[in-house]
Formats: sequence, structure tokens, C-alpha cells
Amino acid sequence: MTPSDEPLLTIEGLTVSYGPVEAVDGIDLTVKRGEIVTLLGANGAGKSSTLNALVGLAPRKANRLVFAGIDLLGLPPETIVRRGMTLVPEGRRVFASLTVEENLILGGAKHAKRGNPAAVKADMLARFPILAERLHQKAGLLSGGEQQMLAIGRALMSSPDLLLLDEPSLGLAPQVVDAIFDLIRDLRDQGLTILLVEQNVAQSLEIADRGYVLANGRIELQGSAAELRASPEIQNAYLGA
Amino acid sequence: MEIFLQQLLNALSLGGTYALLALGLAVVFSIIGLINFAHGELMTVTGYAVCFALIWGMPFPLAVIAGLGVAMTAALLMERVAFRPVRGASGTTLLLTSFAVSAILRVLFQNLISARPIPVSIPASLSGVVTIGPLHLGMIQLISIIVTLAMLLGLNLFLHRTIAGRAMRAAAEDFAVLRLMGLRANSVVATAFAISGLLAGVAGILWVAQRGSVDPLMGALPVLKAFIAAIIGGLGSLSGAVAGGFLLGFIEVILQAYLPESLLPYRDAFAILLVISVLLFRPQGLLARKTLVKL
Repeated sequence: MTPSDEPLLTIEGLTVSYGPVEAVDGIDLTVKRGEIVTLLGANGAGKSSTLNALVGLAPRKANRLVFAGIDLLGLPPETIVRRGMTLVPEGRRVFASLTVEENLILGGAKHAKRGNPAAVKADMLARFPILAERLHQKAGLLSGGEQQMLAIGRALMSSPDLLLLDEPSLGLAPQVVDAIFDLIRDLRDQGLTILLVEQNVAQSLEIADRGYVLANGRIELQGSAAELRASPEIQNAYLGA
Repeated sequence: MEIFLQQLLNALSLGGTYALLALGLAVVFSIIGLINFAHGELMTVTGYAVCFALIWGMPFPLAVIAGLGVAMTAALLMERVAFRPVRGASGTTLLLTSFAVSAILRVLFQNLISARPIPVSIPASLSGVVTIGPLHLGMIQLISIIVTLAMLLGLNLFLHRTIAGRAMRAAAEDFAVLRLMGLRANSVVATAFAISGLLAGVAGILWVAQRGSVDPLMGALPVLKAFIAAIIGGLGSLSGAVAGGFLLGFIEVILQAYLPESLLPYRDAFAILLVISVLLFRPQGLLARKTLVKL
């Protein structure tokens, strides 16, 4: 295997347990540079636990957990994020009492080495004109869709190589959902690698290169987006065909 | 009217000290959910530091700086030695840990320094009285009002203009997500303790300057008052802590001034009664935060 074939993220035997409860039970997963990989599954299947474990916010065990040649096991979230992998958490979780600008500033606070913060911020505001308009408003006053844009924008301020997105379309109006999926595709086209957790199976498989289906903490199904779309399990369980 | 204005100034001076202390409690509580009952011992240790600095011949301003330095160092040490190992534990564990720290420090002060009050020689220039029109104000009271306002303004600028300050406000809201910004949890918590130590140090020096002595239990009463003030304001809310501090100071001064002499021994009881009635109507405190996200 040449270095360029080495996946950006390699997960082998990842287990996440909260006390006696096993949320994720020994999964293998890879993400290659430049891909959108989607992680699908019902509520409680272990999707969010997987993402939280990757960035070190959930208790984890694994045989191998390697990102860009770095062993992630034992590293705290702040170190992992500084190495170029970041998470947009479920429910957006913007800092509601801080202004839009302050949210962005904190997003880029520790990443001067990874890119020029002023340039990254200008780029961000060009990408999200609505955030530029609301720069000095409290983030808590934004609409759900705007908060999701801010949450993504804030994560992009760290100029990541790999972006983990946890249910970015959750609770948003259909039009806004379309905008978010367009944005994710644009980001990939501009070179970002994305691991996307979603309940919106149809739209996720439309933009993804590959996908995995989680059920009860195990990988039930995996393949290219086209294969998954065509598979009878997905058709019956998620796409309602 | 003049008497009322005079009492208002007294209330500002006393309430300001409570506000600084309550703010110190709130800064730490808002981030790690710890009510630090050893906060009063930070005042005491500052008092001793100033006291010994003066005894060793340091000029007063230098002694003040030394005292503040000792206060911040003591707060950082407390965090590193006692509170970091139990971070994320239940509120009860944190509370009991802070009681233990407080008790240990008091015993150390009693055994290593003295159980009796040690006089602190405050410069004579600070014991004068300033006359503004019809109002008479002790120099120390005046300084205490000015210092309190300067501290509040400075803290406000810090929280809104610097990365570390913004990180603290964000940490109070959602610590886990702040770590996703690449900011180290330990540095944010340490900053909170350093600020809380600075606030306790300033309050401690103002307190000592008014009393002229230091003893091992010096911090106990003011920190209890500060705790009440923080509760009135809504625990974890910084502006609430300031409002609660000034309100409690105001209530105490007004009761002191207007209660009939036979009832004066019950001043604190009346003050607490008023606090209870505030909490009956707003159990979450005057300016409570909506939710508290724990680490």
C-alpha cells in the first residue's frame, strides 16, 4: 500500500461503552481523502457515539484509531482538533450568549498555524453572507438553519482536513436542508473530507461516495452510495420503496 | 436625603466587596459547577501575605501586589492539587472537597501562624476621611468603591474582548464544545481560578484595610455573605453575582441605619429574611442563567 492509498481515517474495532451499556460494539470504518462517507442508522444505533468517540468526547476502546498517521487513542479532544479533525456536534450547540463573530473567533482561536485566521474568516463570511449580516448578533437569536451554518462555519475556522458532521439537517425546513446538503457537497469539491452522520438517508446517499449502516452498535451494511441505494435492506427500511 | 446618600455610599462600599467575592464564586461555579467554600481562605491568605510583606519592610503598594500574586497562586494551587482530581464529579463531591480545603487551610493558619488576630499596619494616609459636600466618606471606603468599579469594568473588558475571556463565557455555556475549538480544558479552568483568586485577593485587601488585622477565620463570614449574594443573583450568573452583592450590601446597611436599636442584634436575621422573600418569588435567583451545562 503506497502512502497515498492510506485512508485519512482508519477505525478498527471501535467500542464505546457508557458503564454497562455498549453503544458501539467493535466497528471497522475507513474514510479516504476527498470522500464523503455517510454513517446511517436508526436512532440509538450508535452513530453519534461513534463521532463523539473519534474526537475523544466519549469513552472509547479500539484496536486502531489512526487519523493522518496520528494515533488518536489517548489524545484529548483539544489535541485531536488541533491536528485537523473536528466535529460539528448534534443539535448545533453554538455558544448562544456569544455573538456570531465571537463564535467564529473561538473556532479559529488555536489554529493560526493551520491557516491565516483573517483570511479563513473572510472566506467564511463570503461563503455564509447571512453570518456576515448577523456578525454582532447573539448566536442564540439566529434561526435553526443559520445556527447550523454558524456551527459548520465555526468548525471550518480551524481549517480541518476531516470534518465530522452529526445530523446537520435535523429539525430544519426542507429548503434549508437542501442548502445544507449543497454546502456539504461544495466543501467536498473544494478538497475537504467529510464523515456525515444522518437520518436523512435519501439525501445523504445522493451526495456521499460510500456509506455504512449501523444497527445496535454494529456495521450491518456497507458499500458505495449506489450499492446502498440499490440494496433491498435500505430500500425497505429507510427509503420506503 | 443627605443621610440616605451617605448610607448609599456605605452600601456601595460594603456591597462592592460582597460583589467581588460573589463574582469570584460565580466565575468558578459557572465553569466547573463547584461552589468553592475555600474562597474565603484565599482572602485570608492574601491578608497574611500583605501583613508579612509589610512586616518585612515592603512599601504598601508592593505589599498589595505581593498579596494579589499570592492570592492568584493559591487559587491555582487549590485547583491543581484539590479540585482537578475530582473535576466532573458530582456537585456534592466538589462541595465536600472545598469544605476540606477550607478546613485544612484554617488549621494550617492556626498552627503555623497564629490563632489570634495579627495587626496589619495600614498606612495612615488610608485612614483619613474625605468630605464631599455634606458627605463624609472614609478614605478606605472610597478606595473600595473605586477599586470595585475598576475591577468590574476590567473583568467585563476581559470577558468580552480577549480570547481567554470569550473562552470562559463559552465554557460556562458548553464546555465540551469549547474543547472542540481546540481550547484546552485545563487552561480555561485555570484561568477561571486565577481570576477568582484575584477577585478574592482584592476583596481580602479591602477587608483587611478596614479591619486592620488578619486572623485564621477572617474569610468565613464574608464568603458566606458572598455565597448568599451569588444565590440571590442566580448561581452561575456573573451579572447576577454583582447585583446580588450590591443588593445584600444595601439591605445590610439600610437595616443597620434604620432598625430600632433593640432590634439591631437581629440585623443579619432580617437580612436573611429579605433574601428568603426574594427567593420565594424568584427561586432561580434574580438573573439566573437558563441552563447549566456541566463538563
